[in-house]
Amino acid sequence: MSITITMPALSPTMTEGTLLKWLVKVGDKVEPGDILGEIETDKATIELEAADQGTVARLLVAEGTEGIAVNSPIAILLEEGEEKVPEEEIPATPSPQPSPAEGRGEQTPAVSEQLSAEKPKELEKAAPQIPSDVKTKQMTVREALRDAMAEEMRRDQRVFLMGEEVAEYQGAYKVSQGLLDEFGEDRVIDTPITEYGFAGLGVGAAFAGLKPIVEFMTFNFAMQAVDQIINSAAKTRYMSGGQMAASIVFRGPNGAAARVAAQHSQCYASWYAHCPGLKVVAPWSGADAKGLLKSAIRDPNPVIFLENEILYGQSFEVPTDPDFTLPIGAAKIERAGAHVTIAAFSLMVGVALEAAETLAGEGIDAEVINLRSLRPLDTAAIVESVKKTNRLVSVEEGWPFAGIGSELAAQMMEHAFDWLDAPVARVSGDDVPMPYAANLERLALPSAAGIVTAAKAVCYR
Amino acid sequence: MATRPQHTRGKKGRPKPARKGAAPELYKASKAQLIKFYREMLTIRRFEEKAGQMYGQGEIGGFCHLYIGQEAVVVGVQDCLLEGDSIITGYRDHGHMLAAGIDAGAVMAELTGRASGISSGKGGSMHMFSTRDGFYGGHGIVAAQVPIGTGIAFAHRYRRQDNICVTYFGDGAANQGQVFEAFNMARLWDLPVLYVVENNRYAMGTSVLRSTGSRELWKRGDSFKIPGKQVDGMNVLAVRAAAGAAIDQVRSGKGPYLLEMQTYRFRGHSMSDPALYRSKEEVQQMKAEHDPIGQVKKLLLDNKMATEDDLKEIGREVKAEITRAAEFAIASPEPEASELFSDVLVEVAS
Repeated sequence: MSITITMPALSPTMTEGTLLKWLVKVGDKVEPGDILGEIETDKATIELEAADQGTVARLLVAEGTEGIAVNSPIAILLEEGEEKVPEEEIPATPSPQPSPAEGRGEQTPAVSEQLSAEKPKELEKAAPQIPSDVKTKQMTVREALRDAMAEEMRRDQRVFLMGEEVAEYQGAYKVSQGLLDEFGEDRVIDTPITEYGFAGLGVGAAFAGLKPIVEFMTFNFAMQAVDQIINSAAKTRYMSGGQMAASIVFRGPNGAAARVAAQHSQCYASWYAHCPGLKVVAPWSGADAKGLLKSAIRDPNPVIFLENEILYGQSFEVPTDPDFTLPIGAAKIERAGAHVTIAAFSLMVGVALEAAETLAGEGIDAEVINLRSLRPLDTAAIVESVKKTNRLVSVEEGWPFAGIGSELAAQMMEHAFDWLDAPVARVSGDDVPMPYAANLERLALPSAAGIVTAAKAVCYR
Repeated sequence: MATRPQHTRGKKGRPKPARKGAAPELYKASKAQLIKFYREMLTIRRFEEKAGQMYGQGEIGGFCHLYIGQEAVVVGVQDCLLEGDSIITGYRDHGHMLAAGIDAGAVMAELTGRASGISSGKGGSMHMFSTRDGFYGGHGIVAAQVPIGTGIAFAHRYRRQDNICVTYFGDGAANQGQVFEAFNMARLWDLPVLYVVENNRYAMGTSVLRSTGSRELWKRGDSFKIPGKQVDGMNVLAVRAAAGAAIDQVRSGKGPYLLEMQTYRFRGHSMSDPALYRSKEEVQQMKAEHDPIGQVKKLLLDNKMATEDDLKEIGREVKAEITRAAEFAIASPEPEASELFSDVLVEVAS
């Protein structure tokens, strides 16, 4: 019986990878622990080790093949005593498509069919709305964030990046890739694992007139630093009568990634949005990521910039003009519709657009608002939409109690009560710590189906 | 000369000198410098006495932490600083502001919550700032100023300035985890920061003896290779000598330094503290033997650098300044109601 080697999942959110290089050839004998090849994930290049003893019988994918789905067969080993691989044991190969070597900078978009069913599909077709005369380039959210930081660091010497693994490691999620090379160790600074300390140090540097970008590896760890964020960064402008303040960006992935359970899967949107003295931004698309991060860095106030790990690898058209920014505090209608308004932010915008497609098939024309900014909240845009649709569904990954949806519901009571034909419906993460088991995690998070159900309910369908 | 304050106890609980045989290194001050120290310490003393009185009269609200007894620390350290240097401290901050040259009226008007206060009446006793004077606060959360001060030092280095940041904190803050996080980064990056622990023996009502495993706070930087020194913080000349040497080292690019100033507050932790955790005799002894102002006064008189009349004249001038500050603070109007919503965020032109 031959042994099939498959594309391994090397991170919680990895759905596919590139086979960079084989380090073995057909006929080689391998032992457990031998390096078979190198795999490039969205975060890093990692060696593929043999787990079994055997002889390499087939290499099923060519070097340089991109977009190989996790669990697809990539090689076959013969066990001791086997002469050749029986035909029926050769799995179907995943149609290798070697890419030109110099094409790595502009990767082809991820093949959505190869993504697992739970992952949100890319919906860039629903989100053009960039004027046709603006030059754009397709890039991942990860690249858009990197470009935003690089452009702002070129523009303003006061801007620097600090955080865990941002420099030599090139970013725990590869967001800061290449920045150390361009800007040097004075401006791209690896910190010890010491969130409270480096958040406070960043605030001090900001008080002294620099413009730090403080990266949290994830916002889960920022709870260790929350005193410096709220008590020092957010309140000092007020406490000093306007004479001292922090122009600082705290950024990093927020919300559930995949299968990392309760302590690593939490949405902090409503926590920070609660606090005066902060701006809170949550981009969805690549253009959001770039335009809003550039605005956040230029902003003289402390800005909480909530990214999403699952979005990092998704590709969008992004304006290339280094002067392109998006205003903080302006929502965007991603899909116009007449029957129901769905307000979402970050990853959930994509899920809401998916739900809107389903609803369209059932005769319900949904308008999807990408909130982009939670503080300030573009209440006027939501009210305008509700005046047209008379119905609102809010969508967030976070918990329902005192969440962003609660705030949207209250805002509609105050500003759009007479226009509502149904109570505001909230779709949110379930009111439990995030479970680990795949099925339970799926249940705990908002889904397109859940949004469809809520939208139908407010339409009395 | 007065003897050094005695902060550690022997096995039988008897006081003993903190560091055996170590004669205090004293700064050789000129007559003019000694008189300057005297005047500055007296200004802080009189200001704080007035603030305490006004608190009792209901003119000052909230928490009010007085610096009385600790004056030698800021006056001695501040004398070593150069244009462009920065300082930052915790909530017991009035003395630091006066030492930094900030107008007593603006500080007092902040205590009374007036529009003319240094924070426009929106910060109060614990939250005052004047970046123009290199004073970065005034921070109400115990130890929060330590990473922040380290970040200000980072900014000096980032800009290739020769300036340093003096980061003050108390013996209570010395036990906070973020202090050690900051120490680690300060050493790792050799930041120009002087840490000054003002060990006044009591973190609110808990003595150092009851709150710290190791009472030698000057050794707290040991595992980060931050050199430290224990100093008689009641003697402005000892403070000046130690701070001068430490600051020379920090400014020369050798990275952080830690000074433990052994000091004592003559008043309670805050205005509402009856100070039942220490004996009246202890306080009396400290006042009688270690008063920083009394020590300088004695030096001036013994060395015939000043007469009683000279010092009385300084006293009158200081008192007049503080009276003016208090009158200004009471006469100034409260902030306009419209200020409630100002200075939360600054708007950006898009």
